Amino acid sequence: MIAEAGLAALWLAASMALLQLIAGLTLLRDGAGQLVPLIKPAAYVQGALSTFAFFALMWLFYDTDLSVLLVANNSHIDKPLIFKLAGTWGNHEGSMLLWVAVLSVSGAAIAFFEKRIDTKTLYATLSVQGFIALGFFAFLLFASNPFERLLPAPIEGAGLNPLLQDVGLAFHPPTLYMGYVGLSVAFSFAVGALLTNQVGPAFARAMRPWVLAAWIFLTIGIAAGSYWAYYELGWGGWWFWDPVENASLMPWLAATALLHSASVLATRNALRAWTIMLALVAFAMSMAGTFLVRSGILTSVHAFAVDPERGAFILALMLMYTGLAFVIFALRIGTVKQGEPFQLVSREGGIVANNILLSVILAVVLIGTLYPLAAEAMGDKISVGPPYFNKATVPVMVLLMLALLIGPMLRWRRDELIRIRYWLIGAAAILLLGAIVAWQLAPDIGLFPLLGIAFSLALAVAAWLPLRGRKLLRTPLPVFGMVIAHFGIAVSVFGMAAESGFSSETLTALAPGENAKVAGWEVKLNDVNPIAGDNWVAVEGDMIAAKNGNQFALHPQSRHFFTPPMQTSEAALLTRWNGQLYAVIAQPDQEGDGRWQVRLWWKPFVTFIWYGALLIAFGGAISLFGRMFRRTKKPTRNRWQS
Amino acid sequence: MKRPWLLWAPLAVTACIGGLAAYGLVVPKDEQVRSAMIGQKLPEFALPPATQGVLPLSNTDMGDGKPRLLNIFASWCIPCKAEAPHLEALKAAGVEIDGIAIRDRPEDVAAFLDEFGNPYRRIGSDSEMAVQLKLGSSGVPETYVIGADGTILFQHIGDIRAEHVPMLIEKLKSTT
Repeated sequence: MIAEAGLAALWLAASMALLQLIAGLTLLRDGAGQLVPLIKPAAYVQGALSTFAFFALMWLFYDTDLSVLLVANNSHIDKPLIFKLAGTWGNHEGSMLLWVAVLSVSGAAIAFFEKRIDTKTLYATLSVQGFIALGFFAFLLFASNPFERLLPAPIEGAGLNPLLQDVGLAFHPPTLYMGYVGLSVAFSFAVGALLTNQVGPAFARAMRPWVLAAWIFLTIGIAAGSYWAYYELGWGGWWFWDPVENASLMPWLAATALLHSASVLATRNALRAWTIMLALVAFAMSMAGTFLVRSGILTSVHAFAVDPERGAFILALMLMYTGLAFVIFALRIGTVKQGEPFQLVSREGGIVANNILLSVILAVVLIGTLYPLAAEAMGDKISVGPPYFNKATVPVMVLLMLALLIGPMLRWRRDELIRIRYWLIGAAAILLLGAIVAWQLAPDIGLFPLLGIAFSLALAVAAWLPLRGRKLLRTPLPVFGMVIAHFGIAVSVFGMAAESGFSSETLTALAPGENAKVAGWEVKLNDVNPIAGDNWVAVEGDMIAAKNGNQFALHPQSRHFFTPPMQTSEAALLTRWNGQLYAVIAQPDQEGDGRWQVRLWWKPFVTFIWYGALLIAFGGAISLFGRMFRRTKKPTRNRWQS
Repeated sequence: MKRPWLLWAPLAVTACIGGLAAYGLVVPKDEQVRSAMIGQKLPEFALPPATQGVLPLSNTDMGDGKPRLLNIFASWCIPCKAEAPHLEALKAAGVEIDGIAIRDRPEDVAAFLDEFGNPYRRIGSDSEMAVQLKLGSSGVPETYVIGADGTILFQHIGDIRAEHVPMLIEKLKSTT
């Protein structure tokens, strides 16, 4: 019954999306269609119905209703409750339903909150949003019905992939989806503004909080995914340049560029066409990301999500939306007038540098991700991995950090480098000093980590400089947001550089009672014990890590799940302020001589990577709060006045 | 706009990516990594016997005018246990099989042969996977058809199942 209600809600929501689209089209035709007043209510109803459908599915998972095919395939009666609930989106159909629900709710939110933009543009935007939703409703209803029944119902269900039975999963996909889908709003705004010829500061101001919100979610989602891979896969790495990781990085890069160019458009009325382009690219990248994860055309650790036929459907949707948007762009961008001019050495100039460099990284990642596919088409088999990505992106990132050392200190429109000469000298000094110190500490550190350390130190100072000479209480919140986010980049880059430059590793086989050493830590394997969880059994290493007279217990596990059968490793992490000790225990060494394979890493400052990412997101949140606070104040006053 | 064609560039890029993605969806995937050595002569190697009582294996032991199978296995490999009866069937059909034991210990190989039978003419021990890498093999078990002149003619990845036995016999026959 609940399943049928959910399905009905989806159909009705789809009809609302269709209504939005049709009403929007009449608006384009005769200027003021009769259906136009229905657009906003349709958006509200669509949002409510999609939300209902999503919670209906969640209820079915909570209830473990095994007569629903999706539940039977992905859940199990013995599964812990939190993972039953997370099972709602830990599979193809459910995750697409979440995707659409977020899309619909964003549409409703635009309709409800957006007061500052021109009405016609708003209606056009909502119609585009409805059009996008319509495609994904069709996808759900025709190709991935989450509410399909299974008769007769099985007794216990198949279970969820054990890698996904992790708290990380409860947050990683939903946050990424919020980000992906949030960018659809920027896309709809851009197409709406193009159609109604309203590309200007008002459009940028209306779009900016949405981009900001999506970008915050993307940042958190990427960081959470990276941390999840770090401790759950047991390889000790935090970024693998896996196609699916790249798929989440690409929209982030585009959104970061968009965020900066939108602020130029909002403040200085420049970079009009470019901002539109970025808004379209950002969402195109989101759809490409969804496509890459869902189609499995590239081999990836995310292979649990593979399905080629559905991939074709998403590909068709992606090409239709992106293609149509680019056609509109090509036809209409001529009507967008040239923005305000600025000089090369200026805040705008710095942001243009930021945009160009981010776009270059985006292109490099896109090419690297798709290259194996292109090579295969030419009859060659090749995989593109870290050697390419690191070599090709890190130099650009260094330039990006250089731009970040200078850009925010410059004034809008025109400036002279000579005005900030003291800072330039200071920055050069910090860079040099940082590089020398890092090189002294570890002569074989490698060029990239060395540059990373030096630049992160300079950036850690540079980030705060925009606050210099300001009255702090009067400084707008977005400035604080920018400062914190830029400081977060310094923190994160420092963590990445320290981890890549200074990590130590020991791979050994230990019998109980034996020791291994890594980076000044002495790790003793006391014992190995079997333990049992809700739906798994494991061997757990009982280890003591000692350094400078301090002792800490470590308990890495090698887990064996039954439904479905699979081995996973749970790394034991000992977090100190200056790094993490990372311990993994694997199966017994061959043919039982009582030894266990143990892998130990000391990873200096590795946690800074994620702390930095959280700071970046926090900076974004402060900025968003500042913008929302400012924007809700004005209309209220206006309402009383009128 | 001075260069109106440039406006259509994003659409063109989208079309290219779309074409590539569509190709990726349509073309069936071959997840296996084929050896680049097929069609070439066996690389030079000389392996010690894998356990007491078996003969050592070097590249010159093969390619002496008779086509053979070269089976890469290990006592710790479960599919290798599964394919053992089919290797016996091949031997019974008159096929000569040489073996390379990967990362193995003599006593384990002996126990393996005791339990699952010994279909091999010679068994070399490749304790560091050096020869395995030279052959372009990426795992165990794998079986190569080696021609009468020592050329690597065919690579079978994974365990040999009953249905592969006639196929391998056919491959060996067609070489002569």
